Formats: sequence, C-alpha cells, structure tokens
Amino acid sequence: MSVHGAAAQPADAGATLAAVKAKGHLQCGVSQGLPGFSNPDATGEWTGLDVDFCRAVAAAIFGDASAVRFTPLSAKERFTALQSREIDVLSRNTTWTLDRDTSLGVNFAGVNYYDGQGLMVRKSVGVTDALELDGVTLCTNTGTTTELNVADFFRSNNLEYKILAFEKADEVVAAYNANRCDVYTTDVSGLAAQRLKLTEPDAHVILDTIISKEPLGPAVRQGDDQWLDIVRWTLNALVAAEELGVTSANLDEMKSSENPQIKRLLGTEGAFGDALGLSNDWAYNAIKAAGNYGESFERNLGVNTPLGLARGQNALWTDGGLQYAIPVR
Amino acid sequence: MNDPRVRGIVYQLLTLLVVVWIGVEFWTNAVSNLERANIASGFGFLDTTAGFGIVQTLIEYTEESSYGRAFFVGLFNTLIVAFFGIILATVIGFLVGIGSLSRNWLIRQICVAYVEVMRNIPLLLHLFFWYFGVLRAVPGPRESLNFLDSVFVNNRGIYFPRPEGGDGFGLVLILVAIGIAASFFIARWARKRREQTGQPFPVLYWSLGLIVGLPLAVFLLLGMPLTFDYPALKGFNFRGGIVMIPEFISLVLALSIYTAGFIAENVRSGIQSVNKGQTEAAYALGIQPGPTMRLVIIPQAMRVIIPPLTSQYLNLTKNSSLAVAIAYPDLVSVFAGTVLNQTGQAVEILFLTMSVYLTLSIITSILMNWYNSRIALVER
Repeated sequence: MSVHGAAAQPADAGATLAAVKAKGHLQCGVSQGLPGFSNPDATGEWTGLDVDFCRAVAAAIFGDASAVRFTPLSAKERFTALQSREIDVLSRNTTWTLDRDTSLGVNFAGVNYYDGQGLMVRKSVGVTDALELDGVTLCTNTGTTTELNVADFFRSNNLEYKILAFEKADEVVAAYNANRCDVYTTDVSGLAAQRLKLTEPDAHVILDTIISKEPLGPAVRQGDDQWLDIVRWTLNALVAAEELGVTSANLDEMKSSENPQIKRLLGTEGAFGDALGLSNDWAYNAIKAAGNYGESFERNLGVNTPLGLARGQNALWTDGGLQYAIPVR
Repeated sequence: MNDPRVRGIVYQLLTLLVVVWIGVEFWTNAVSNLERANIASGFGFLDTTAGFGIVQTLIEYTEESSYGRAFFVGLFNTLIVAFFGIILATVIGFLVGIGSLSRNWLIRQICVAYVEVMRNIPLLLHLFFWYFGVLRAVPGPRESLNFLDSVFVNNRGIYFPRPEGGDGFGLVLILVAIGIAASFFIARWARKRREQTGQPFPVLYWSLGLIVGLPLAVFLLLGMPLTFDYPALKGFNFRGGIVMIPEFISLVLALSIYTAGFIAENVRSGIQSVNKGQTEAAYALGIQPGPTMRLVIIPQAMRVIIPPLTSQYLNLTKNSSLAVAIAYPDLVSVFAGTVLNQTGQAVEILFLTMSVYLTLSIITSILMNWYNSRIALVER
C-alpha cells in the first residue's frame, strides 16, 4: 500500500532533537495528577519523579531545566499523543511491555521505577491474603495493563471477580470511597499515592500480594535513534551520578574530581555530549536540574514524603536493588 | 451542458469524485504513515484474545473471548442504555412539556423550572450527581435493602431473581409471541370493520385473552415449568439472579433527565404551534380538555415535534459515550478505551467506533422520518 516503503531510512531519524530545539522547549507527557510521580502543587508547578526526569532531559538539551512544558494525559491517551507528535517524550508511570514496545511504535528508554500491581482493601474487611478475595468487585483505571493483570491473577487462582474501569484516577478514588468496590487495584506506588486522597487513609491496607511486574519508564517514538539515546542516557546519567556520589549539591566540586568516571560523566573528559548531539556538559546540566536519581526519589517518593515509600527494588544495585546505570564511557 | 438536469448530474458526479479522491488520499496517507511509524495496522487484531473482564455483558463473554466480541459487548451495552434512555426521556419530556402549558400555576412553574435547571447543567455533572448520589444513598451488600427475600438493593446494584424456563416453557413463550401477532391483526381488522360498518369489537379483551390467558392456561397445564434463581449473599457480594448495576441506572437516569429538558421544550413549542381554534372547536363539540389534548392537539403537534425529537434521540445515543466517566462499559469505554489501549490500533478502532455511531444515527433518522411521514397531515 505504501509508496514510501522502499525508503531504507525512517523519515524522522534525528528529527526530534531538531524539532525540539526549533520549538525552544521539550513537550513532555505526564499523568493527570499522581502524587510523587507527576502532580501539580498548590502553585501549579509540576512536581514528581517523572516530572524531574522531564526537567533533566530539557536541561541536557538546553542547559535550562525550565525549557519544558507538560501535557497531562490519561492512560488511554498517552500512546496516541506520543505517536501523533503531540509530545516528545512520555514520562508517565508507563509499564514497559513487549506488546507496547513492538506494535505501538514506541521505544522505552529504560526503567525509572520498578513497580508491581497491588491490591488495597478496607481494614474492616479483615482480609490479609489476596487468595481470600473471591467474588470481589475491583475498581481501577481504564486503558492500563491493570485490567489484564487482574484477569490473569483471578483466573489463575480460580477466583470470581468483577472489574470497574474508570477514566480518571479521581473517579476511581471516589467510587472506592463510596464503597462501590471492595478493592482498589493499580501499581503499588499509585495505591500509596491515591490512598492519601481517601477520607480515612489509615482505614485501608495494601495487601502484600504483588500480582504483576510493572517496570515503569520513559518512552519515545520508534525510528529516531538519536532521540532515544538522549532520553536513555539522561536516565543512565542520573543513576550513574548516584552511584558515583555526585549530587546537585556537590556537583561543582565534583567537576574538579580526579575520578575518570566522574570526569566522563560531567564532560570534563571525552566528548560524549557530541556523540549524543548535545553539548558536553549535558549530564552536568541534567543532574543540576533534578539531582541524581536517589535525590529525586527521596524528594518525591521517599520515606520522608507523604507517600513514604522505601527504596526497595529501586535501590542501587550496589545496595541490593535493581537500579543499575549502563557505564558512561 | 445547457440542460439544467444534465448540468446537475455532471456537477454531482464531479463532487462525488472529489469526495472519493479525498477519502482514498486520506486512507493511503494514514496507512503509509502508520507503516513508517512501525505501528501495526489492519483489522486482524479483532480475532486476538481480549484477556480483560467486563462488568456487564448482555452476550456471553469471558476473558478468553476476542477483541471482536468485546466490541459487540460494548455495542450492546450502548444500545440498551440508549433504548431505555430514549423511552424514559420521551415519557418525562412529554409530561413536562404538556405540564408547562397547564392551567395550574404550580404545575406550570415546576415544569418550567425543570426545563431551565436540567438543560443548563452539564451532562457530566448529571452523571456524577446520579452516580455518586446513588452510591451514597444505598447501603453496602451486607446491609442490603431486602424485598421479600428475592429483590435486594445495595451499592453493587439491584438484584432480581432470574427466571429459568423448564421443559415446555419455550412453548409458552411462542404462544405469547403468536398472541401478540394475532392481536395486532385483530386490531387492524376491527378498525377496518368499524370504519366500514360502525360495529365496535372488543379488541382489548381478545388481545388480553390471546397474549395472557392462553399462554397462562398452557403454563398451568404443563405444571408451571418455571423456576427462579434467587440472588444470595455469598462472601463479598450477592451471587445469582439478574443484577442491574449502579453505573447503568445512573447513566440511564442522567441521560434521560437531561435530554427530557430539551424534549419538553420541543413538545411545548409543538403544542403551541397548533392553532388555538382547534382547541376551541373541540371544546365547542363538548370534548373534555383531556381527550382534546390527546385526540386533537397532540396528533397535530407531532408534526412539529418529531424532527427535533429525532435529533434529541441522536444526542442521547451519542452522549451515552460519557459512560466511561462512571465506569459503565459502553462501546467507547470498552472498545475505544480498553481495547484501544491494549492494541494501540487507534485508526482502526476509532474508524469502527465512529462507523457505529454514524450507523445508529442513520437508523434512528430513518425510523423517525418514516414515522414522521406516516403521521404527516394527509392532504385530501
């Protein structure tokens, strides 16, 4: 059918960076409001782990963390927004799956949060094990992998269930609050965030059972390798910075460090920025904008935030976690 | 080319060609763009296993069913909401419309207020009001309202016993169907006879006998081959029976109460379009106000009411797509929502979804136009 089929090179190779530079800002797709990941604060400023990542990418490109605009997207809008070039990068607690990677025309740049789908119930129900949930009604968001995971989990355990899928997270919270459903299910991080919106957050418990693996990460359109590299290596740079002890506070001292790994990361040795099509201090700018991965985590999700999530699987590999930066060299 | 008829045809053909050309251009462009972006295309995905559950299914559906079947589940869920919504909206709309012309001051003011309030509130707010209002008002499953141990009301829905026909129950149903058909013909025949001879015929009794009496007699003779599956509380919720979920109830209520505001205005303007002389003439013949409205005014007003009524029916059907906000699994929620997200086939899925709404609109239009031409004033 296509008359362009013979062209060997995808038409938009390298085009995204040029387009972003021409616009003067990065357009970043985020959630419509998920505390800890992307949520507008009282002053309308976006905050969160996913938002920090957008700022880091913007800083890597422009040297300016404010050169980014946010597009709040519902779960079912997000891929279409990316495909249709409405946004340049999707940084919206999105699960990396084979199907999405292959048939949706998107590429995932890595994992910035290792999550799993959990189940939250009222403490008054007295359930401690997910296998006691026969015949429950569950509330969740439409257009996510959660509906499939629920089906898999309940079917494989021979449990009956009913599922209600709402368009927006706020409506899920309201319906669960009104006792329309026994269980609220989504990624555990999401449950922790949404629990804060319930009338009595302490009256609910997140069960220990994790029914799926949800590696969440930023995604870009397929076919633009340079752009994928920029996003992927920004993510690696933030994790590498934590591994090397580089923080937003000691960044400038570190610039004169003799450690060759730090020198390569901060652009005082080698020309990795050029290779990405960016200036050589791209990683320096990215870390300055968002802090290293650990700083961003603690600021947005960590034990001292209302969400109070432990590092867990998201600790560095050196601390027994899964976060592992591909070497910058 | 000087013949206006030839010219007309030529221009229409040219227009058609342009439209087709734009369509083809659009399609090939979309396909080649999808290919370049490495997005799979085509309708092959419809045979793939869906893998997710749906809370209300009028046809058999499990997680192992295909996306194609999920499409039909969504479609039927949309249709049933539109069906009940249209009936309820019409009833409320006519009552309020007629009421707003009542000679009783209070009734008139109430009806006028209804129209102004209902049609000025955005539909989404209607939805949330009814949905969360309904949920707050009724108790949880364990504290269900109980009617005769067979009907239960709680915030998971209204549970009814489900009738299950035994041996020979099919025969009873067939007799009912035959009875309905026979009554229809008897009514036609009786009307013809009355017009020709003036002889009345007790159609109502005959119809009752054929539709209710005969099947009931056979039903009793067969030893009442009908059992009920009663809903019963088991674990978290009721099992068995038929359930009407709150999402369905709220969606029908919100759609019909909102749309009724517009229909009431159509009805009011339709009635006011009938010449006052008609009422006076009817009164002069000694016909009471009630029958005057029913037999003289409304039939004439219908000609004015039907066309805008059609567009309200279309609006109601299309507005049902807001269902996703309250998790009712309609076509847009299931197919253009969940399936779209699982497959990413935005172009194909939106094409199918739009085609469905277009088809529904055209069918509604055709039916209403047919009805309109039937009731149009017969000019002699």
